[in-house]
Amino acid sequence: MSTEIEQDEPALEVDADAPSLLGKGEHGGVREAVSAYLRRVRGGDMGPLPAVAGLVVLVAIFAAANPLFLTERNIANLFTQAAPLVTLGMALVFVLLLGEIDLSAGVTFGVAMGVFVKITQPGGMPWPLAVLVALGIGVAVGGTIGFFVAKIGVPSFVVSLGLFLGLQGVMLVIIGAGGTYRLIPEPIKAVQNRNLPPWAGWTMLAVVLGILLAVALTDRLRRASSGAPNAPLSIVLAKLGVVAVLGAALVFYLNQNRGTAVRTLEGVPIVVPVVLAILMVGTFVLDRTRFGRYIYAIGGNAEAARRAGVNVPLVKWSAFVVCSMLAVVAGFFFVSRVGSADASTGREIVLSGVAAAVVGGVSLFGGRGRLVHAMIGATVIAVITNGLGLLGFSAGANLAVSGGVLVLAATVDALARKRSGAIGV
Amino acid sequence: MTQPIVELQGVTKSFGPVEVLKGVDLVAHAGRVTALVGDNGAGKSTLIKGLAGVQPYDGGTVLFEGEPVSLHHPREASRLGIEVVYQDLALCDNLDIVQNMFLGREELALGTFDEGQMEAEAARALQTLSVRTVKSLRQKVASLSGGQRQTVAIARSVVKKAKVVILDEPTAALGVAQTAQVLELVRRLADSGVAVIIISHNLQDVFAVADDISVLYLGTMTARLEAKDTSRDDVVGYITGTKTMTEVEA
Repeated sequence: MSTEIEQDEPALEVDADAPSLLGKGEHGGVREAVSAYLRRVRGGDMGPLPAVAGLVVLVAIFAAANPLFLTERNIANLFTQAAPLVTLGMALVFVLLLGEIDLSAGVTFGVAMGVFVKITQPGGMPWPLAVLVALGIGVAVGGTIGFFVAKIGVPSFVVSLGLFLGLQGVMLVIIGAGGTYRLIPEPIKAVQNRNLPPWAGWTMLAVVLGILLAVALTDRLRRASSGAPNAPLSIVLAKLGVVAVLGAALVFYLNQNRGTAVRTLEGVPIVVPVVLAILMVGTFVLDRTRFGRYIYAIGGNAEAARRAGVNVPLVKWSAFVVCSMLAVVAGFFFVSRVGSADASTGREIVLSGVAAAVVGGVSLFGGRGRLVHAMIGATVIAVITNGLGLLGFSAGANLAVSGGVLVLAATVDALARKRSGAIGV
Repeated sequence: MTQPIVELQGVTKSFGPVEVLKGVDLVAHAGRVTALVGDNGAGKSTLIKGLAGVQPYDGGTVLFEGEPVSLHHPREASRLGIEVVYQDLALCDNLDIVQNMFLGREELALGTFDEGQMEAEAARALQTLSVRTVKSLRQKVASLSGGQRQTVAIARSVVKKAKVVILDEPTAALGVAQTAQVLELVRRLADSGVAVIIISHNLQDVFAVADDISVLYLGTMTARLEAKDTSRDDVVGYITGTKTMTEVEA
C-alpha cells in the first residue's frame, strides 16, 4: 500500500537480536490466541462473560419454573420486548465509552415520539417526513447536551438531568396531562407487530453471515498484503460457526407457527433485522473509523487524545448527537409496540438502558465496552422482566431484581478496573 | 555549524500575572542531543508544551528549518515532525500498543483502518528499540510496566518519523537497567539524524547522553554550553543561579 520511499526517514536499524512481535498474541497460532485471550480475561477485561453466564442461568431457571417461558410465542415476545431497550442501550454506549452519561435519552425519545404521533394523526404530515422530524429532535437534543458538555464543560450528569426534567415539561405541553395519542402510520406499527416471511428470515441470517465472512476475509487479505500475519482461519470459522448455529436455531424457532391452526403467526419480527443493522453499522464505526477509535481514546485518557491531535470537543459532541438519534430510533420501537404515546413515554426506560449497557460489560468509567455488550445486557434485563412477569411476580419484585443486577454488574466493573490497573503482566 | 532544525527566538508565555517564559532562545540541531536543564519552576515544561502546540506561546518566533512557523495546535507540531514524549506518557490505558502508537495518525485504506500496515510498522519500530519483554502488540497498555510504557511512548515518535523528539524526564521513573536502555535509545535516535531535546533533572544522565546543554533559570536561558566543554559543577551553578551568563557559542 505505502510503497513510496521515505527520503528523510531516520535510518534506525532493526535490532536483529530482538524478536519481532509480529504474529504474537491474538494473531499467532491457536494456542497463542487462546492464551492471549485468557491473559486479557485474567487482567480484568472480562467483557460480556458475566452477562452471558447470567443469561444462561436465568433462562435455565425460568424455563424450569414455567413451561410457558420457552414457548415460541414468548420467545418472539421477548425479542419485541427487548428491542427498545437494546437500541437504547446501544445508543448510550456511545456516551458511556466517553465516560459520560445521558440521563435524558428516554425522555428525548418521549418528546420525539410525542411530536411524531401528534403530527401523523389523520390529516397530518406524511409519516416519512415525520420520521425525519423525530430524528431531527434527537439531533437537536443531543447537540444541546453535547454543546454544554464538550464546549462549556458542564458535567453530562447535570446537563442531562436538567433535560430529563425539562423535557418532561415539554411533553406535558405537547401532549397535555393525561392525554394519549394513538400511533397511526402502519409502517411504524409493522416494525414490532409484523413478521418476516420464513424465507426472508433465512435470507437475513445468510446476509449477516455473508457480511461477517466478507469482512473477515477482506481483513485477512489486507493484512497479508501488509506483511502482517493472520490468526488461523480456524478461529475465524469457529466464531462464525457459533453465530451461524445460534442464529439458525433462533430463526428456525421463530419461523414455527406460534399463532393458532386457523390464524398462523410465524417468522422473525421485522424489528430484529433493523436492530441487527444498527448493531453492525455501529460496531463498524466504533472499530474501524477514526471517530470510533477517538471515542475509545477519549474515554481512556482525554488529555492523551488531545495531545495526539484529536479534536476532543467535536468527537464528544458528535457522540451525544449519535446517542440521542439512536435513542429516537429506540422510541420508534417503543411506540410501535405500545401503539400510543402519552406524557410519560420514555420516562422510566433510561436507567434500564444504562443498566443494560453496564450489565453487558460496558464500563461506566469510560473506554471499555462494545455495542454487542449492550445487546446482551439488555437481553438479560428483558429476560428478568419477562420471566418474573410469567411467574406472577409484581412489578415491584421486577424492579428490585433489576436494580440488584445493576449494582452487581457495576461492582464487577469496578473490581475489574481495579484489577486491570493493579496487574502488571 | 549547520542550520538548526528548530530555533526559538525570544518566546514568552504568561499565566495571568505570572511571567513563566521571559524571552527564551533555544536551538536544536539534527543529530544532536540537546539537554534542557533547570530547577523546578524554571519553565521547562511550559517551554516544551509550546513547542508541542499544546499550550501556544504568547510571543516570540519559532523557526523550523529556518522558516517561521505557527504552533497553535498539536496537529501543527505533528505535521512539522515535532513529537513530545511526556513525563506522564500520555498513553491511553484502554487501547493496545499499536492503537496508542498510531493515535491521531491512523493508517487508513478505503476510509477504514489498515490494521495490518499499522501492526507491521509498530513491530518494526519496537524491534529497532530492542524490546524483548512485550508479549503481544495487541496487549493493552494498562498491562505494561513503567519501562515498557516509556518504550511505547518513544516508539511512537519513531513510527511518526519525527524530525524533532522532545523527551520530558524520560528516566525519572525507571530503574538502572531501563535507564541505560532508554539513554542508549536516545543516542540511537540522535545518531539517525533526529534532533533530540531531553529534559532531565539527573545530571549524570545529561552528561551521559547530551551534546549541548541549555540551562533555564526563572524563565530565561542563562547558559548554552557544549557538554564536552563544561563540568557538572558549572551546570549546577547555572541551574541555581550562582553563576551567570557566559555564553559559549556552540
